[in-house]
Amino acid sequence: MKYIMGFTVASLICSTAAFAATEAKLTDPQIAHIAYTAGDLDIKAAKLALKKTHNADVKAFAEDMVKDHTAVNKQALALVKKLNVTPEDNATSQSLVTQEDAERARLAKLKGAAFDKEYVANEVAYHHTVNTTLEQTLIPSSSNPELKDFLTTGLKIFKGHEEHAQQLDAELK
Amino acid sequence: MKLFAAVWVMASLAMVTQVLARDIVITVKDVTFSPATVSAHVGDRLMWNNRDIVVHSATARNKAWDVVLPVNGSGKVVLKKTGHMDYYCKYHPTMTGSVDVSP
Repeated sequence: MKYIMGFTVASLICSTAAFAATEAKLTDPQIAHIAYTAGDLDIKAAKLALKKTHNADVKAFAEDMVKDHTAVNKQALALVKKLNVTPEDNATSQSLVTQEDAERARLAKLKGAAFDKEYVANEVAYHHTVNTTLEQTLIPSSSNPELKDFLTTGLKIFKGHEEHAQQLDAELK
Repeated sequence: MKLFAAVWVMASLAMVTQVLARDIVITVKDVTFSPATVSAHVGDRLMWNNRDIVVHSATARNKAWDVVLPVNGSGKVVLKKTGHMDYYCKYHPTMTGSVDVSP
């Protein structure tokens, strides 16, 4: 299921990015919106996990996701305010929201070890997709150097999340 | 009088040891401890400066110390025992460092 999820999200992102590349480069306001949305979606998933999990390691991971993504998004808001950039909704943000809302609805029906495994598996796939998008599309496409630096810092933090999720995924197998 | 002299000598020795003790500064940025590996002597102080945008920690694997590092903040620990010590960030467990403490 996680592979279907990851593949679907990856395809949507790639097709949007490819479309964006041929028709028009993503703008800084759109990039800021995508980065903020990606973080916000992970916070929502983590809050669901905190309600459902009884596993101490999964709980610790979810707490880290809330803490880190909240801190990064707070910095993102401060940066766009400073740069006078208004984040702009776009097809990539919308497809991320659609996919992750559906995934959260699916996870909400699970419990116990089944929930833990599926939540963590999705976190691996989701972080991998978002990190690939950051690295291959959002960072190279961003015009403002401060936005580029901020996204680069964010990517390092999110790569750490991906590694943490992978370790946890292996533990739960 | 002899007791006073003894106390005075001990206090002076303690002060000199304190003056000779070093601060070893480790910068925390981009989810990395830098430098990741340090050498120190007993009495030295490890000081972590968090220049990242998220909270980190320096947590000894043997549970000897657990220092939370707020954003733009710092934390410190005085090294009291010799030996090799691994530590990590409890919020980002792939982030690791170590210290070798000699007498």
